Amino acid sequence: MKKFIHDFEVSLNNQITDDYFALNLKCPVSLPPILPGQFAEVLVGNSAVTYLRRPFSIYDVDYSKNELSLLIKKVGNGTLALSNLKVGETLNLVYPLGNSFSIPKGEKALLVGGGVGIAPMLLLSRMLKEKGFQTDVLIGGRTKNDILEPDKYSAFGNVYITTDDGSMGEKGMVTQHSVFAENVSEYSQIYACGPDPMMKAVARVAASNNIPCEISLENTMACGIGACLCCVVETVDGNKTTCIEGPVFDTKKLVI
Amino acid sequence: MPDLSVNIHKLLLKNPVMSASGTFGYGLEFDDFIDVNKLGGILTKACTSKNRDGNKYPRMAETPSGMLNSVGLQNKGVDYFIETIYPKIQNYDTHIIVNVSDSTVEGYMEVAEKLNPLEKITGIELNISCPNVKEGGMAFGTSCPMAGTVTKAVRSVYGKTMIVKLSPNVTNIAEIAKAVEDEGADSVSVINTLLGMAINAEKRKPILSTITGGLSGPAIKPIALRMVWQVSKAVKIPVIGLGGISNATDAIEFLLAGATAIQVGTANFVDPQVCIKILDGIEEYCNRHGVRNVNELIGALEC
Repeated sequence: MKKFIHDFEVSLNNQITDDYFALNLKCPVSLPPILPGQFAEVLVGNSAVTYLRRPFSIYDVDYSKNELSLLIKKVGNGTLALSNLKVGETLNLVYPLGNSFSIPKGEKALLVGGGVGIAPMLLLSRMLKEKGFQTDVLIGGRTKNDILEPDKYSAFGNVYITTDDGSMGEKGMVTQHSVFAENVSEYSQIYACGPDPMMKAVARVAASNNIPCEISLENTMACGIGACLCCVVETVDGNKTTCIEGPVFDTKKLVI
Repeated sequence: MPDLSVNIHKLLLKNPVMSASGTFGYGLEFDDFIDVNKLGGILTKACTSKNRDGNKYPRMAETPSGMLNSVGLQNKGVDYFIETIYPKIQNYDTHIIVNVSDSTVEGYMEVAEKLNPLEKITGIELNISCPNVKEGGMAFGTSCPMAGTVTKAVRSVYGKTMIVKLSPNVTNIAEIAKAVEDEGADSVSVINTLLGMAINAEKRKPILSTITGGLSGPAIKPIALRMVWQVSKAVKIPVIGLGGISNATDAIEFLLAGATAIQVGTANFVDPQVCIKILDGIEEYCNRHGVRNVNELIGALEC
């Protein structure tokens, strides 16, 4: 897929909670097709401590408005600067980058997102719904404050929630949720994105039930376009770049 | 319109702007963003005699105005390059210079010998300055006898333009430059990355898997500029300047310090179009200052 570099205009900066926000960004030209799981490299700029671009999953796309959105957690100088963007300001993106999630082999799919790792699951759930798959979306977080915009997914599938402290949904880890305990064999495909321990736990359950599982990695990277080779992940076929050959990987191929 | 062409030994570059090795892939990665053919040359990702997996992740740490990397020369080896990559890049209308590295003198010679017959590879850049490999790499570039030995050995099997990329991790870079010039180098690239380190204080752990790595980006520009100035006064062969160049003004500064051409490295990660912006900016500078030939700027620093 052809990659682009464009100056987007901020059309909305939605502060979801103290820790999370979503940016709606308007493209100056027609948006190219963007696949679920793909990401953008965002230039923060204007600061010695935010020299490199930051990679973010593309959260949502509205082709009718030429807009895409990014769901971001405030974790450092770069994301903090982005959280302060005002409507009308511009943001330079290199996009759409990386591969995408594959199509399930059977009817029913489980999408698991932990915290801000839920971001790529919105586009994925939309696509799966459009293609006629049954989709369950399981959203996990430490507390209810980490469960981000769960209502957005209800148009595309059943939504389930877990929190570590039980402040929302079932209490416990995502893999302790009843969808895993009771129905996991119904799924023909599991997709996960979130903290490493969560993705590893999901991958283990998927493997023990012989269900194909894809996860989206967020290795640190510089270029995002396969030039620097900083973002590699060890696979059974050798080192692969997260930016070009990922960020989505079949867990069977990863050396975990 | 100013004449921007410069000569590096036998190579006539259409302009002094080249991409630095390890920051530009094989050029193909940038085709979506710029017309690679407009560049004076491309320095490819390092090529070694055998496949190298490189170092373990994490290989990168962002630092103030720059970054550390410890990729460790990941590449599939010279035979793969010749069979698979060369056919894809041989139609570029620019100089393709392969960055050559290895763990042994024999390895450097093997790569150079195999590249010698490739028509569209018009030169090589000997990388005796990679700080991220246990054997070879920087070890060859930090002593005059070692640098001279590897240069002489590769010279004996390689007939085309041979550039040697120098390490800044030395006490006197001009002496190393003279040593490789004496053994037949046609040009020197100044500088490779500076050995650095990053720590995660919360975890009390190094950020890179290799603990130390190579520092690049605007943070190293003043050091690179100083070293280009020192080397260009010490040798007769052309100097290619690099280290933190991010815009046309940076590039002009390197030319004034004595560089005949420049390479753009880490800035490609931040802006995949930056090489072309630098090229346009050099032309604009020449027009604004009445410079008809860019060679007028080389070493034109007034002290």
